[in-house]
Amino acid sequence: MSAATAVEIAGIKMKNPVMTASGTVGFGEEYARYLDLSSLGALVIKTITLKPRAGNPPPRIAETPAGVLNAVGLQNPGVEALVREVLPRLACYDVPVVVSIAGETVDEYARLAARLDGVPGIAALEVNISCPNVKAGGIAFGTQPDMAAEVVQDVKRNTGLPVIAKLSPNVTDIRAIARAAAGAGADALSLINTLTGMAIDVDRRRPLLGNISGGLSGPAIRPVAVRAVWQVYQAVNLPLVGMGGIMTARDALEFILAGARAVAVGTANLVNPGAAGEVIAGLARYLEEQGIADINELVGAAHRGGGGSRC
Amino acid sequence: MSLVLDCRIVSHHKVALDCRRLVLATPEVAAVARPGQFLHVRCNGTADPLLRRPFSIHDVDRERGLVTLLYRVVGRGTALLATRRKRQKVNVLGPLGRGFQVPLECRRVVLVGGGMGIAPLFFLVRELAVDLTRAIWVLHGARTAGELNFVNFGALPVHLRVATDDGSLGFRGSVVGLFKELAPEVQPDWVSAAGPTGMLRALGQEMRRLGLPGEFSLEERMGCGIGACVCCSCRIGSPENWNYQRVCADGPVFPAGEVVWE
Repeated sequence: MSAATAVEIAGIKMKNPVMTASGTVGFGEEYARYLDLSSLGALVIKTITLKPRAGNPPPRIAETPAGVLNAVGLQNPGVEALVREVLPRLACYDVPVVVSIAGETVDEYARLAARLDGVPGIAALEVNISCPNVKAGGIAFGTQPDMAAEVVQDVKRNTGLPVIAKLSPNVTDIRAIARAAAGAGADALSLINTLTGMAIDVDRRRPLLGNISGGLSGPAIRPVAVRAVWQVYQAVNLPLVGMGGIMTARDALEFILAGARAVAVGTANLVNPGAAGEVIAGLARYLEEQGIADINELVGAAHRGGGGSRC
Repeated sequence: MSLVLDCRIVSHHKVALDCRRLVLATPEVAAVARPGQFLHVRCNGTADPLLRRPFSIHDVDRERGLVTLLYRVVGRGTALLATRRKRQKVNVLGPLGRGFQVPLECRRVVLVGGGMGIAPLFFLVRELAVDLTRAIWVLHGARTAGELNFVNFGALPVHLRVATDDGSLGFRGSVVGLFKELAPEVQPDWVSAAGPTGMLRALGQEMRRLGLPGEFSLEERMGCGIGACVCCSCRIGSPENWNYQRVCADGPVFPAGEVVWE
């Protein structure tokens, strides 16, 4: 008998713990020919805002050691286009769809939550309070506990959907933000968003990114992300979605062992559009090889002294 | 239909200064690739460097199932790719993007390639040359003669003109200068071009002055290559009313008159 891989996050029933990280697979459809979207635990789509956003001037991406800097600036067609065009098309896939939302003000988050409340085809909202690439809002809400709490609370008041707060690593103590979001009623936390960073073209003597600075993702940030999950797991009693540089099933297992009940594959999708499917298959293989009956047994297991084999 | 494929290297040679010609066995890509499309290539299998590199398709041999890329070693990714040997495999994603679309009614077509911009134009010539009633000019510009001699149009029925910045071969000056000189005589009705931004911008101005239609293949730093991450943006529309489009999925080839330069 194969091992149980199903997990539940904030009431979302998932076939397996593997989600996509917002912004890395667009609205999912671009990936449908490389990846069976219905095989995913959940599909987290690109952050949506009230009004369409044009995004930042290019270049929007720069490569750094084992990582990527991006400064897309939340380019998106706005919530009305999402409801009218995107969500109906995603309904043909058997996958929970998580909609990531961002606003420039607390009120915008609340209005987005209200607009999406009752719209069919949404499993949960992910509240992006951690985007480093927009001038107003974004990361500002994710770096101050009281602001984070205010956003989460107002979103919760305006929706019946489960609310996942996405945390920024660009803080002194991520546990303080996690506690604030939990206290405000978040049903789950996802972590981490990108680390702020920048790179300079030494030949042109100018910043590589059009936005000057951007968000760092990819394997380079994985140790930071695993540490954040480890700390937050100890600090709050909420299900966690761990992410940051997951390329393989073994990377995903680090997060699960640190305390994540689900994981998200992000930058790896840019390199290998089938990456999330490979992580799903690799997790199932690991469970079988290790004789583990249910993946939930592994969540946070590293806090309890492990117990795995050495081979 | 694009695919992720491990392709065997059939040959991989240095062709000039820092340029390489990479021939891959990939019947799946060869069967469907169009001129102007690109392959997104993993230069090595590790996490560093992480991203794929986009290379326009230089040539296709449908019968033998071969796809040729022509690239210049410019950084770590291409330096690593250059170390890959015959019979090894290279992971590619493609063919991707929207290629060149030369209208059938255009009979006097000028292709302008600046530097490595010549790479996709070779494949375009091969496709256009099937119609022998159409006249094709290729204008190839480079810094110096040594960067020109590796693209051999051989038996293809084209009028080839070259320009070098240093005057070591052909017209002395930019390929846009060469275009200006030839346009009155050639009387083109369509222009397809690929090359550095500065070249395309100058060529676009000249085409606007002459009222000439055509298409440009653009480059931008790219992430996923399939239109999802929206990193490779360019401005398309008019100077007063443009929006960001994706070089990888909406392009890389765009109508010349709609490219709004930064």
